[in-house]
Parts: sequence; structure tokens; C-alpha cells
Amino acid sequence: MSEALSHSPGLPGLPALSLVPKTDAKQSAKEFKTDQEVRWCPGCGDYAILAAVQSFLPELGLRRENIVFVSGIGCSSRFPYYMNTYGVHSIHGRAPAIATGLSVSRPDLSVWVVTGDGDSLSIGGNHLIHALRRNVNLKILLFNNRIYGLTKGQYSPTSEVGKITKSTPMGSLDNPFNPVSLALGAEATFVARTIDSDRKHLTETLRAAVNHRGTSLIEIYQNCNIFNDGAFDPLKESATRDDVTIRLVHGQPIRFGVDGSRGVVRADDGSLQVVDVAQAGEDRLVVHDAHAEDPSVAFALSRLSDPMTLANTPIGVFRDVDRPSYDELAVAQVARAKEAAGGTADLAALIAGGDTWQVD
Amino acid sequence: MQRRVAPLLPPAYEGAVVGRPGNDPASDRSRSARQHVSKQVVQLDRVIIRFAGDSGDGMQLTGDRFTSSTAMFGNDLSTLPDFPAEIRAPAGTLPGVSAFQLHFADHDIMTPGDAPNVLVAMNPAALKVNLTDLPRGADVIVNTDEFTPRALTKAGFASNPIEDGTLESYAVHAIPLTSMTVEALKVFDMGKKDAERAKNMFALGLLSWLYHRPTDGTISYLRTKFAKSPTILAANLAAFEAGWSFGETTEDFAVQYEVKPAHLPQGKYRNISGNLALSYGLVAAGQLTGLPVFLGSYPITPASDILHELSKHKKFGVTTFQAEDEIAGVGAALGAAYGGALGVTTTSGPGLALKSETIGLAVALELPLVVIDVQRGGPSTGLPTKTEQSDLLQAMFGRNGEAPVPIVAPRSPSDCFHAALEAARIATTYRTPVLLLSDGYLANGSEPWRLPEVAELPDLTVAFATEANQTMPDGSQQFWPYLRDPQTLARPWAVPGTPGLEHRIGGLEKADGTGEISYDPTNHDHMVRLRQAKITGITVPDLEVEDPDAAARVLVLGWGSTYGPIGAACRRVRADGGSIAQAHLRHLNPFPANTEAVLRSYERVLIPEMNLGQLALLVRGRYLIDAVGYNQVRGLPFKAEELAGVIKDVISNV
Repeated sequence: MSEALSHSPGLPGLPALSLVPKTDAKQSAKEFKTDQEVRWCPGCGDYAILAAVQSFLPELGLRRENIVFVSGIGCSSRFPYYMNTYGVHSIHGRAPAIATGLSVSRPDLSVWVVTGDGDSLSIGGNHLIHALRRNVNLKILLFNNRIYGLTKGQYSPTSEVGKITKSTPMGSLDNPFNPVSLALGAEATFVARTIDSDRKHLTETLRAAVNHRGTSLIEIYQNCNIFNDGAFDPLKESATRDDVTIRLVHGQPIRFGVDGSRGVVRADDGSLQVVDVAQAGEDRLVVHDAHAEDPSVAFALSRLSDPMTLANTPIGVFRDVDRPSYDELAVAQVARAKEAAGGTADLAALIAGGDTWQVD
Repeated sequence: MQRRVAPLLPPAYEGAVVGRPGNDPASDRSRSARQHVSKQVVQLDRVIIRFAGDSGDGMQLTGDRFTSSTAMFGNDLSTLPDFPAEIRAPAGTLPGVSAFQLHFADHDIMTPGDAPNVLVAMNPAALKVNLTDLPRGADVIVNTDEFTPRALTKAGFASNPIEDGTLESYAVHAIPLTSMTVEALKVFDMGKKDAERAKNMFALGLLSWLYHRPTDGTISYLRTKFAKSPTILAANLAAFEAGWSFGETTEDFAVQYEVKPAHLPQGKYRNISGNLALSYGLVAAGQLTGLPVFLGSYPITPASDILHELSKHKKFGVTTFQAEDEIAGVGAALGAAYGGALGVTTTSGPGLALKSETIGLAVALELPLVVIDVQRGGPSTGLPTKTEQSDLLQAMFGRNGEAPVPIVAPRSPSDCFHAALEAARIATTYRTPVLLLSDGYLANGSEPWRLPEVAELPDLTVAFATEANQTMPDGSQQFWPYLRDPQTLARPWAVPGTPGLEHRIGGLEKADGTGEISYDPTNHDHMVRLRQAKITGITVPDLEVEDPDAAARVLVLGWGSTYGPIGAACRRVRADGGSIAQAHLRHLNPFPANTEAVLRSYERVLIPEMNLGQLALLVRGRYLIDAVGYNQVRGLPFKAEELAGVIKDVISNV
């Protein structure tokens, strides 16, 4: 650990929400709802995510006024209007930057960012990777529907190659981002993926994310029933679900499929490979370690899924490692400077500096 | 090491001059020093010196040191650093020339001066670039060691200007500065290259002798700077002192000059640059508002020094955040403002373009935000290290939609302190982003500053909303985030963490009062007008006019950093018997309430600007007054003499 970190008071090991005031009053999902009419299209996956978040927050027991939702632009970014907390619906792509300033200057807040695949990976890509790299104390919910919804159906940076949309009548040409790979590449300390329709998994993932110190990125596969309906059907339909979904559980061998017939092993070239467990042998299965310092295995896991068919798609927590958050470090620097000054910061002495002269 | 150097000092200067002559015992020693020197001392009322050399020659440091000594001596002064954007342009080339001009006087002065009385040229390129600015008869000190055939060719001289008559109209002092420095340092265990690097200190020593500057400031500066490198410290001290001794002993300089201290208003003074004053102003604004300062910034010339400076003052509750880009810089500042901090972002022209959308969001959110634009030459990357006033219209209009933003512009380096306080006052009182337009000239130029008493600085205390502000028909209490103060039209600043005031705001149009999303046409029309009315209604001080004989028919109107040159030009016109009035705008949006009345009371309004007529456009559009523009975009401030000529022309044509 560097000198700067080791000298910071309260470090390491500050629990994620320790500075956010709690309430003794019992809370319910209802109190987190606003009187605003929810204006998403009927059948939109966003409803399920909203309901899951509203139902989950009461279990944290945080004072509602100390929770802030910050969003950018897009369908998902209307989220703050429906949360009875503080909220800012900002501008396209910039929510992580705005939330960073808020979080760093107010360690007593639980700050959430709600964003979509276009908002966070196209126009706001730069802010996303830098928030992740810094490990700002933000919980980022990335609603990925693989399409631009609010602008009525253009392809997005997560759309599969060849996507026919209004702006790509002959098919999209550019290779999509895998948000989990991107986040791991940016050295995010917490990266997870979940699905709008799996309430239990979604809530478990939120729980893991909120207890993480620093930036938590949750990619949520979310269905846009108007412009990209069924984009995640292979992961949702009972006929295919178990076959394509790899459920990551920390400490457990990575296996999936009907009766756990398939599993993940390390290939000779260091990458990961999906194999038939019966043939490869259980001993060879990779045991999932979300707390591994080195993100290489997590990254390799993120590469298993096929962007066209969604075959071999891992969900769950890819990575969850402990590193001081940027907020803590920044606050600690200011505190240390104040302490060194002995609580006296003399403005007159500052502006006078060392070289003054008197004119009588 | 230090002991070995000390005897080189002229005996009377060993103790050095502390403070100003005339008010402490040191002044007697200063006078006795003159008696030791067998040379004639000529009194001057003002001097303009320009140090010029290669980017790597340390000219900015040399200029800074001379300035500090001059400030301590008690002269009034004004400086103009002028350097290339490249950190080290190819050595010896014309684009690589770095210069520092200093004007000092025994009376109050307003500009860094038009033409230098003395040019120090460390190489042929420096001579070539600066010779055109030099009036005949000026002193030219050239470092002959650098006038080699190769260097002459590089600078575009066909033959050596020292020998071919090029300089015959000047008082040339051809001095082998480099080799004399190396000679003076041969006692030290250091390579020739390292020794040569101290030649700027030799030049500084010589100039310090020539103009009778106190030496203790430079000596203690060097001691601090090189505290960890005793050899380099000793070498620099020795070079400095060798330069001094050379002046004293050489026959090349028959006279020594003296510029007496100026009679400035009573008070405690320091020398300060615009960027430093601005930084202190922001720290002070934090203290006076009672808010933590949050600076979100991305490095850009010439604004970066503010980021550097503020990052040193965390003990005042200042947080600095070096963002990933300009947009994140302002975004983080706005986020911090939402959380109750004094949010600040600093930038220069191209950076302001990138921040436009976020400033527009701040207009819609109606949150306080201080945006500092240290203007430089544009468009695009333009002239990063040169000054210009060409962002006024960008500041005024550079956002989508009707998005009015107040604009404040400091008039001098030290005024940047007070302008920062004013920007913070407007931002927090009216819950609005404020643009502060400094420029490269103010940022890097310096002047003596009479320090304000902290107790006399304005009280900028801010109150956050703490309770519901609307009683509903059923008697229940609600919080409406867009219910306005009837006086200021400001909305409440309700920060997260305040129970009962949970609310959602955003960039979508809001219903008046409740702040809920509204697409209603009438409401939008109303809200656009309300936001405009809030800015138009900001209380700003009246425009003051300087019209000493009350007989002027022409008014010169300026804004920002042209205050000094315009003021100096007006003095010249008056000294020649002319009548001219001067008014200078600190507030460009809104204009002071009396602006139109002031402008209409003169037959002609002249507006000199370092742009193609941006204030003139605003004045014409707003008041239908046919102001005359005088415009230059040369990356340099106006010259007083030239402006005086323009003013006289306008007067004679009225």
C-alpha cells in the first residue's frame, strides 16, 4: 500500500455505507415511490427494475434524504423521477461525472447512477471508465437493452453486429462492447450482471453491490419490448435458460446446463473454455473467485458469452475486490491538511504570502 | 560553500536592503552603497525592461525575480510574460523565444509598457524577435557568446548584427554572458553545461546592479529553491553576484539608474499575478460563504495554475478534482454544488466550448456554479499562451436554448481576487452559473496589490432550505423546489440530507413552482422569461466614469484586461491637453443599470477590444448606440501610445 493510503485515517476497511445516516423508522417500498406517473412503455423491463430497487432499499435502513439517484439521458434515466429520494436527471452521458462531484463532496450520501447502454457506453464512455478506475463510491445500474429506445430504435454500442435498425437498414457494422469486459478492463472493483426478469437474482446482486466499497457496476439485461423485444429471451425462456446461463457463485465450481452437465475449465492457452463436465472431469472445473486481485480470470469469464446467441452468458458477481474508494482518499487528504494546520487556516496569512511591504 | 561566495558581494549589499529605503535602517546602507560605487547615478521616473532568450534560458524566472525585488523596493510595476506554447521549442529558433517585460516606476502605472528601454537578448533569435519593438536609443544587452555563425543563421541574420551596423541606433552592451558565467563558476565541481545554465542569474545580477535593486530577496529565494543541492545553490549565487560585480567594475556601463519608490496608497502590499489572485479569491469565497470549495478541472493553458494553486490549500476545506476531461470537470463541480459545495471549474476557450452543455444544465437546475475562463487566442487551439478577449459572446450566448448566464470580468491581476468574490456572490445569491472572464494577460501578468483586510471582505453567508415552503389547500406542507424568492427570483438551495425536502430536478422543463416535468407551452414561455428576468434583475454596482475635466465628448468603454492600457492611453491624451472620459465594465451580464445613461451622455463611444468587436455588438444591440470599435487580436495587450493615437483621432472627428 502506498504511503498516501497508509496514512489516511480510517483506512483501510471502511464499510461501504458506514457514513450514511440510518433511520430507526421502519421503511417499505411504498415510501420510495413518488406521486409521478411512471411514463415507460407498458411492458418495459424498467418497471421490474424500479420495483426491485424500491423493494430492496428499505432493508438498508438508510435515511431516505441521504440517498441520491443521478441519471443521464435515455429511457432508463427517467428513473430518479420515480424514486422518493433526492434525484438529478442530468445530461447525456455525464451522470458519472456529476455523481462523482456529489459523492466526493458528500461522503454521508448513498449515491446511485442509473444509465443505459447508449448513455454510459457511447456518449458517456469516458466518464464511466474513469469513475470505475477511480473507484468512486457510486452504485451504477447500467440498463442494457442493446438498442436506443428514447430516440426510437437506432442500434446501440451493445447491439450485435448486423443489427437492422432505422439507422442501419443494411445492418450495423461495428463490433459491440461487452460492458462487463469493459468495466473489468477499466479495473473496476465490483462488476456484476443480472437480468430484469429475475427478481431474486437482481435483488441479490443489488445487495452485494451496495455493500461494496467504491464503484459497483451492475449490468442489467433489460428488455425493450418496443424496439428490441426478446433480446434476452435465450436467458429467460425455460427451454433455453439453463442451457445458456452460467450462474456465478463465489467459491463454487463454475458449471451450468441441464443437471450441471457443462462447466468452465482453463484451456492450454490460458483462456477459459466451456466443456462437457463428464468428459473433462470435475477436478478441472474453475472455482469462481470474485475476490481475486487479478481481474484476468473474471475478464476471461466475461469473454465466454456469444454476443450473437447469448450462449454461455455468465450472470452474477464477476469481481468484488477491496480497494479504498476515491471519496475516502480525497476526504482524508482534506482532513489531514486541516489536521496539520491545527484547525487554523488563516486567510489573511494566505493572501499576504511571504513577501509584503508596508507603505505609510 | 556559501561562505566562499559571500565575499563577492559588494560590502554594503551584504546585509542587503530590507524593505524600502527611507523607512528602515537598511536604507542608509543602500545610500552608502551608492557612495561605494564610483559611477554616476541617474534618476529615472520609470523603466521598461524586457528579458528575452531561448525557452530554456530561464527568462521567466529571471523576470519573476527582478519583479519581486522591484516590488519589495516599493516601485509600482506591471509585468507581461510572453512565451511560446511549446515547452522547449527547438533551441535558438525564432518560435522558441521566451520574453518577460517589466515596467516599473516611481508613480502608479497601468500597463507593462509599450516599448522597452532595455532589451536583454540572450541569443540572436531573441534579438531578432524583439528588435522591432525597440525604440532608438534603447539599451541592448546581448550575450555575444551565443552569436555564433550557426545561431545567426538559425535566427535569419545574414551577418552579425552586433558588427554590421544593424544596432547602430542603440546603446549596445556586447557582453560574453555565458563565458563570464562559466569563468565565475570554475571553482565549482560542475560541468560546463551546468555552469552555463546559470547565465540567467549573471544577467539578473547585472540588471540588479544597473537598476539598484535589493538583492536579499533573490538570495533567499535561491537558498530555498536549491536547499537540497548545495553546489547548484552556490553556483547560482556566485553567478548572480558575479553579474552584479561585473556591472560595478566594467566600463561598459557608465551610469547606474535609480527609480525611486512610488507613492502608493497606505497599506500592506504584495506582488501578485492574476491566476494567484483568482485562486486566493476562490479560497476566500469558500471562507466567506461558509461553504467547502470544490474545484473540478482539466489542465489547460493558461488556467492550470489555478488548479495547481488550489490543490495546495486543502486546509481551507478546498477539494480539487483533476477530471478526465473538461466536461467531467464542470460536471463534478455541478454535482458538488448540488450537494452544497461552492462548485468551481476553471478552463480556457476550447474548454469552455466543451462545458457549454453542462452550464446549460446548471441554468436549468438553477444551482450556483462558478465557471472561470482564462481566455486565450482562438479559434480552436489558437494561441494557447497568448491573450485575447474573444470569448465574450461565447460566454454570453454559447449554449442551446435561452440560457442566460451572468458575466464578471476582472480588470487587473489583483482585481481577479475581488472578481472571484463577486462571481461567488452572484452564483450563491441567485443560484446560477456565473462566468468569470479572465485572460492570459491578467493570468500571468503581475502588479503590486494592497492587501484587503479580511474583516472588511463581504459577508457571503449562504442559507440552505430547511423546511417545506408551500401549504396545500388541505393544509399539508410540501416542498416546492422552484418556488422563488420574490426579491432575487432565486429558488431554494435544498441539499441532499435535508429531511422532508426530497425532490427531483433535471434538464427537462419544469413547472413553475413545483418543479415537476412540464411540456405545457404557456409554462415554458413563462419559465424562459423567469430565468431571463432573474439574470436581468441581478443587482450590480453602477458604471463609474472617469472624466476629470468634465469636458469630454468621447467616452472610451472597455471591459476586462484592457483597463490598464485604456487608462494609460487616456492619461496620455489628457497630458497632451485633450479631454477624454473612461468607463470600464466589470459586469457584462447584466450591464449596470446606468450604462445606457452613461453612454448616451457622450457624443461618441469608443470600444477598444482584443477581439473583432464583441462588446460593441452587445452595446449596439442592446442600446442602439453606434459605438466605434478599435480591435486587435495580436495575442498581446494594447499599447498605450497606440491607443492614445486612436482616441485622439476619434476626438478630432467628433
